[in-house]
Amino acid sequence: MADTEYAEVFREEAGELLEELETSLLELEKDPADLKIVSRVFRAMHTIKGSGAMFGFDDIAGFTHHVETALDKVRDGTVPVSTELIDLTLASRDHIRVLLDAATGGGEADPAEGERIISGLQALVGGGAQDRAQAIVAPEVPAKEKDPTEGRRSHYRISIKPTPEFFVGGYTMEALIGELGNLGESTVFMDAEQEGGGVLVLLTTDKGLNAIEDVLVFAESSCQVAVTVLAVEGEEDLEEHKKLGQILLERGEISADDLTTVLARQKPLGELLVGEKLVSRTSVDAALAEQRLVRDAKEKATVAKGAESIRVASEKLDQLINLVGELVVTQARLTQVASHNKDADLVEPVEEVERLTAELRDCVLNIRMLPIGTTFAKFKRLVRDLSAELGKEVVMVTEGAETELDKNVIDQLGDPMVHLIRNSIDHGIESPEERELAGKPRKGTISLAAQHSGANVVITVTDDGKGLDAERIRQKGLEKGLLRADTELSEQEIWNTIFTPGLSTAKTVTSVSGRGVGMDVVKSTVDALKGSVSVTRSVKGQGTTITIMLPLTLAIIDGLLVQVGETHFVLPLSQVEECVELTQEDIARFHERRMLPVRDQLVPYVRLRDFFAIAGERPAREQMVISRINGDRFGLVLDGVVGEHQTVLKSLGWVYRNATGLSGSTILGNGHVALILDVANVMQCARREEHNALSN
Amino acid sequence: MSVKNETVQSQTTQYLTFMLREEGFAIEISKVREVLDVTTMTRIPRMPEYLSGVINLRGNVVPVMDLGQKLGMGSIKYTKNTCIMIVELEVDANLVEMGVLTDSVQMVLDLNPEDIESVPKMGTNLNTEFIKGMGRQTEEKFLIILDIDKVLASEGEAALREMGSPVPGQTVGAKPEDAAGAEA
Repeated sequence: MADTEYAEVFREEAGELLEELETSLLELEKDPADLKIVSRVFRAMHTIKGSGAMFGFDDIAGFTHHVETALDKVRDGTVPVSTELIDLTLASRDHIRVLLDAATGGGEADPAEGERIISGLQALVGGGAQDRAQAIVAPEVPAKEKDPTEGRRSHYRISIKPTPEFFVGGYTMEALIGELGNLGESTVFMDAEQEGGGVLVLLTTDKGLNAIEDVLVFAESSCQVAVTVLAVEGEEDLEEHKKLGQILLERGEISADDLTTVLARQKPLGELLVGEKLVSRTSVDAALAEQRLVRDAKEKATVAKGAESIRVASEKLDQLINLVGELVVTQARLTQVASHNKDADLVEPVEEVERLTAELRDCVLNIRMLPIGTTFAKFKRLVRDLSAELGKEVVMVTEGAETELDKNVIDQLGDPMVHLIRNSIDHGIESPEERELAGKPRKGTISLAAQHSGANVVITVTDDGKGLDAERIRQKGLEKGLLRADTELSEQEIWNTIFTPGLSTAKTVTSVSGRGVGMDVVKSTVDALKGSVSVTRSVKGQGTTITIMLPLTLAIIDGLLVQVGETHFVLPLSQVEECVELTQEDIARFHERRMLPVRDQLVPYVRLRDFFAIAGERPAREQMVISRINGDRFGLVLDGVVGEHQTVLKSLGWVYRNATGLSGSTILGNGHVALILDVANVMQCARREEHNALSN
Repeated sequence: MSVKNETVQSQTTQYLTFMLREEGFAIEISKVREVLDVTTMTRIPRMPEYLSGVINLRGNVVPVMDLGQKLGMGSIKYTKNTCIMIVELEVDANLVEMGVLTDSVQMVLDLNPEDIESVPKMGTNLNTEFIKGMGRQTEEKFLIILDIDKVLASEGEAALREMGSPVPGQTVGAKPEDAAGAEA
């Protein structure tokens, strides 16, 4: 019965609400006394129920109704917030998700699970009073802000002006009015002229303002809703002062007719002032115009508020980004043509286009940026469930949740992060008993941190567990033939072998890890995002830090265009520390050993001409671009630096996906293809080749 | 499409014929998207010789393969007739484009199934996997019909094999002092 189109709208909306619900519940667990969170949870459930019913998802509405009833008791303060309650509410959130998937044709829901949750909730709510001793905290009654209108018969004016979205969303005015009508006596004035017109409802009820708002909550996003308390029975009029005439009339000192006649004689204030020649007519007109303006502006502000964000299909954004990419390439060509023709008239507009293009680019890329916090929030639940399953006590702390990252990157980051967190909880953090013996707090900590670093985002997953056992990893690596016994590896290199496929050091296989898959998946996913992952710190008994480094965006980067022979290369500008010259004398001074002192430090280098076997003589003065890779400075020697280049990243295609030292390509202003260097990969390969050459 | 049209199509297939070293080859025309003159090509270093590089095809970066070298017939010499055929093929469920470098492109040819002979078990001096059949152009003249999907798809595996192992010829152009540096 659910219409597919509306079903999709509901699915999306409900999905978001469910995520919000989860976050709120986890917050509530931390801070059970905060009744604001309780109302947030309640509202989310209520909205799901309401829209579920409207769109014909009766299962969901029916189930959610029971949960809502229980939550209502919590909101009232009659039932305390307890771990069981949060467990059950989380379980019901999951169940709604399952129902939702089932309703839209993905899998099947288990009705027994729903019944289990409902009966659990009912038991909890029913026995709430007795169980208060077990509650995390007994809420202070009445902690909820008292609704002065609740329980008192009051009159309300409710005006609902639907926007076109309201109808697109599949709501019907009748259903909304019907629900309002259920609250009490209502009179409806509908604008019959047009279908999209507003509705005015005069409602008399003793259910209180909150009850009305609860009904309206799911219409708020697509309607302009205004609720005015006209009068509360048994209470003096709420208005601060009444007009004189009105009071006189109420006291019966003048009749209504007299009042009207006298009032008709009264001129507007402006007329009177002009009449007395106190102000000119123009200033009165101006003042009136100002008044009108302010009023209009206020009205507009209310309208604008309703459209703070819009939902856009991500393909549209991708298309936009592609177009901007093309524009950037074309602009580069234009700049080149202009500088080639030396036309003074062209210079200015071309510079303007360049500036605008750069702004447009940043703006468009920014649209796709999302704070990483949305992903972090999901992991809270994972940590909670996993630690319970494995009998460990773990808290998760996050830092830099506001760090923004391309949506495509965030979407793909989920899985690797899950693996890393699982691993930390399963292998890293010890059981509470072990931790106590080791003199550590019972509760382990996992911290997720994100921060910007140039055009990269650095994400670290740190646990305060037992740290990696380098010797055991080495043994395992030797056993599986992943390491060679005769090679000396640094501790860090040994740690990083955990990212090799087929290596698992867990002694027992648990449901979460120890099956030899996982860490290599992390690496391949991060690699595919043009990022890197490594173990950056591990101290026995103190914990491990794993660092993921990702480019901010996968579409357009600032690059440094360099040249070797006829071939152009682009280095990501974020990876460039500085450029220095390499002369024949420098080379002679070091007897052709590939290193150069730069700022009192020897920097090893690789000559791209040799590394890529590019034909031709090297120039007398070469350029060296210095990058920092995993903390080490490393130079790339090339013929010349051309300049900065806005680089639209293009894949090299499937044939070249394994090209050494290259991560992609880009199109230059003259239409030629330049290659994008993967500096870290060049360094690794050069090092391995030197090593191999020595051992042969 | 009418039924009549379909029956006609099932009988004859159109082929694009081209030359490699004075020898006639053909591939199904449905695989070919367009034919280009040779443009500036950017070589990808440390890749097998028969991978000529990449070109800019209206804003897309498209890899190009030297078909002469791939089939072991020696590399293509650039002349004014040298062409790049842009071929479409499916890789991992994605449609990708690939350029194929040939000495010259000749004509479009209709061939009936009976005009195509099966591949001799030996004697072609080519990997028979790559050949669909021998097309009879005239009584005397035969064309080698290539299974271009197989020729190009073998690239994916080849590229994988190349990974991590030193590429032959990578030291070309290396200065002797580099070797000295490495040995130090």
